[in-house]
Amino acid sequence: MRLERREHRPLLLLIGAPIAAIVAALALSGILIAIAGAPVLDAYRRILVGAFGSRLSATETLTRATPLILTGLAAAVAFRARLWNIGAEGQFYLGAIAVAAFGSRLLAELPGPILIPLLLVVGAIAGMALILVPLWLRLRFSVDEVVSSLLMNFIAVLFVSMLIDGVLKDPLAFGWPQSQAVADHATLPKLIARSRLHIGLVIAMVLAVLVYLVQSRTVFGMQSRAAGLNPQGALFAGVPLGRTLVKVACLSGGLAGLAGAIEVMGVKGYVTTDLSPGFGYAGIVVAMLANLNPIGVVFAALFTAIMFVGADGMSRSLGIPTYIADVTVALALLTMLVALFFTQYRIRR
Amino acid sequence: MTTPVLEIIGVSKRFGDTLANDGISMSLGKGEIVALLGENGAGKTTLMSILFGHYVPDDGQIRIDGEELPPGKPRAAISAGVGMVHQHFSLASNLTVLENVMTGTERLWKLWSATQAARKKLVSIAERFGLKIDPDARLGDLSVGEQQRVEILKALYNDARILILDEPTAVLTNIEAERLFATLKDMARQGLSLIFISHKLDEVMAAAHRIVVLRGGKVVAGRKASETSKAELAELMVGRRVTRPVREPSTPGAVVLEVRDLGVRIGGVERLKDVDFALREGEVLGIIGVSGNGQVPLARVLSGTLARTSGEILLYGEPVGHLSVGDVVDAGIGRVPEDRNGEGVIGEMSIWENAVLERLPAYSHNGLVDRKAGMAFAKSIIDAFDVRGGTPASGTRLLSGGNMQKLILGRNLSHRPRILIAAQPARGLDEGAVAAVHARILEARKAGTAVLLISEDLDEVISLADRIQAIVAGRLSPPLDAGRIDARRLGLMMSGDWSHAAEATHAP
Repeated sequence: MRLERREHRPLLLLIGAPIAAIVAALALSGILIAIAGAPVLDAYRRILVGAFGSRLSATETLTRATPLILTGLAAAVAFRARLWNIGAEGQFYLGAIAVAAFGSRLLAELPGPILIPLLLVVGAIAGMALILVPLWLRLRFSVDEVVSSLLMNFIAVLFVSMLIDGVLKDPLAFGWPQSQAVADHATLPKLIARSRLHIGLVIAMVLAVLVYLVQSRTVFGMQSRAAGLNPQGALFAGVPLGRTLVKVACLSGGLAGLAGAIEVMGVKGYVTTDLSPGFGYAGIVVAMLANLNPIGVVFAALFTAIMFVGADGMSRSLGIPTYIADVTVALALLTMLVALFFTQYRIRR
Repeated sequence: MTTPVLEIIGVSKRFGDTLANDGISMSLGKGEIVALLGENGAGKTTLMSILFGHYVPDDGQIRIDGEELPPGKPRAAISAGVGMVHQHFSLASNLTVLENVMTGTERLWKLWSATQAARKKLVSIAERFGLKIDPDARLGDLSVGEQQRVEILKALYNDARILILDEPTAVLTNIEAERLFATLKDMARQGLSLIFISHKLDEVMAAAHRIVVLRGGKVVAGRKASETSKAELAELMVGRRVTRPVREPSTPGAVVLEVRDLGVRIGGVERLKDVDFALREGEVLGIIGVSGNGQVPLARVLSGTLARTSGEILLYGEPVGHLSVGDVVDAGIGRVPEDRNGEGVIGEMSIWENAVLERLPAYSHNGLVDRKAGMAFAKSIIDAFDVRGGTPASGTRLLSGGNMQKLILGRNLSHRPRILIAAQPARGLDEGAVAAVHARILEARKAGTAVLLISEDLDEVISLADRIQAIVAGRLSPPLDAGRIDARRLGLMMSGDWSHAAEATHAP
């Protein structure tokens, strides 16, 4: 038995493989649900109901998907160029705290229509600033950015922790370490009244399309793809590797910083150290689930959000730990990698 | 000779479309040194890899002392007494000599290694064969010649009776090579049997008892060293290929590219030194040499991917400073890189993207890639250069080597370059593709393009080049006109014996 590279990739296979992967992941975690003593199909039905059963749960799922789309895009653009940005979590927090600082005090006097876009930019720049550190280390000293960008996360979170217990601490928060809230006119408009769903979802989806267009249509997109796929070949073709990586890093860090900014301006209003339940890391999973395709990221983020929000409901009614959501998403990642592999190779005896 | 210790019987191995080994049979006697001679791609390394169990042959068998060796099992080969000295050493540079030699000889679960016994054995082997080495030296601190000694010792430590050396002198200086051959002869006297792979005529004549010549995956001749000559071997090795296009006489025009005293240092090592040449319109200047003599830095400097350390480059008579890839492409210099898959194309990208990648400024507006124009350009290359097996939008990795090379040539020649830098343009291609590539290069020459052909293939250089310079240890020999060149003189030039090569041209 041996593997052989496929010469043609039938459309049916390209569409069918990811679906098969999700089904396989659900089937596998179904085994775990059965072991836990719950009816499998009923459990999945409850997950769907939990995620979409009511107006509240549906908006909650979409709210949850919003930062995941952005951090997923951040990972996807970086990984495409073989820039291993594992620091989206830190960039998320830095974007968030920058918005809290500027939105609560420094710029809060500005009118909303100017303030909101300005704050989004501020958040993105904060994310960029953080990723430039590991990037500089890589370009200057060949330090592996997997490690350095990962470690920057802890520095960023502790830095945020210091600020919200110090200069940015909200005096009205009964001593809890919590930042001052952004001004009311700096919060993002709601998409649906009396829900948490805000315009950030639209921003994220528009950005997904934009990133897709940038990657497929522009000189920068083509060069960053070339740099990622074959640096030696890219160099030979005259692609400026260093400059391309800086641009990719700015895009990636900017998206992650923006995710943090939007989460603060759209949902919470202030920053705590549990603002993100690991959005930065989950973004990596989302990007891999989407095979680094920006449009796919939207769907992968949605799937992940459904699992997490839906599992809460299922857990309450069936008494199964919510960790089943983590397991399912992780299994989906593995089955997706296998499925993608088989879109490229076939088995021959 | 006594009964053979090693017999290779009818071994064949196919990779895709190429038959790397075609029914090869040969034998090796006890205490004998056999040289396996052939050009790059003749199938030497494949054959030895089969012998050592790295590859499973499609057909044929290997016998050691009359017993068949199970195919594809390096461990079986080692325990049968076969030792291999790789061209690229399989040693760990952070371990000591002794640790390197012991690696793989002990069981993983053993708690204590028998260091003392191993040291004793190593020292005694080293003494017996005169391979002086400090067992506690860190491998990374040793010279390349010493590292090779460790690799040989490692094979001997595993009780090898049959030693295979893959191009052992490729990395050695001349003195080191002489010392190596003295050692090999001593080993043979002590009853070991040796095969060494080479494409250097001098050394096979000096060191081997018997020479087996491979060409195109077949054994074309076996000769005793005492009964043959370098001239005969060169002819056997190169062969006569009839299908290749013939170079028509032409009158070269003005000098378009001149290089003076070019020097390149990489990491403190001098890779190119005092390189001089002049390239004229409508001529092919061949740079011949054994690989690793500076071809790669030379091609890189001229392609714009490596900065020179010293020297002058005159482009169309004007001195130029540092050349970037963009400068080079804009100056009308076409580039065919040595490593097609690694540098020439990006396999995961489509054919049209590979066609335009080095000319993105011309195929984009305001930062947006002009996909339509790119597709049209790729289509025109596919049609004009007969690229088979792909459409503009299909993946480039799916192309065969020859078609990939046609794509690379096509994207350059379509823009009518004034200069073409072609590094090993036909390496690894089958005969048909070689002929196509050569025809294109000659066509460009006829159209007035100045071609710098950097090649290790004697035959290619003889059939294409108007003038030839040899590259040896980072230096270029003075040019010789192609009319006065034959395989023997090229051999002398490539060995660095430039005065004799020039003299030989006066002989009948």
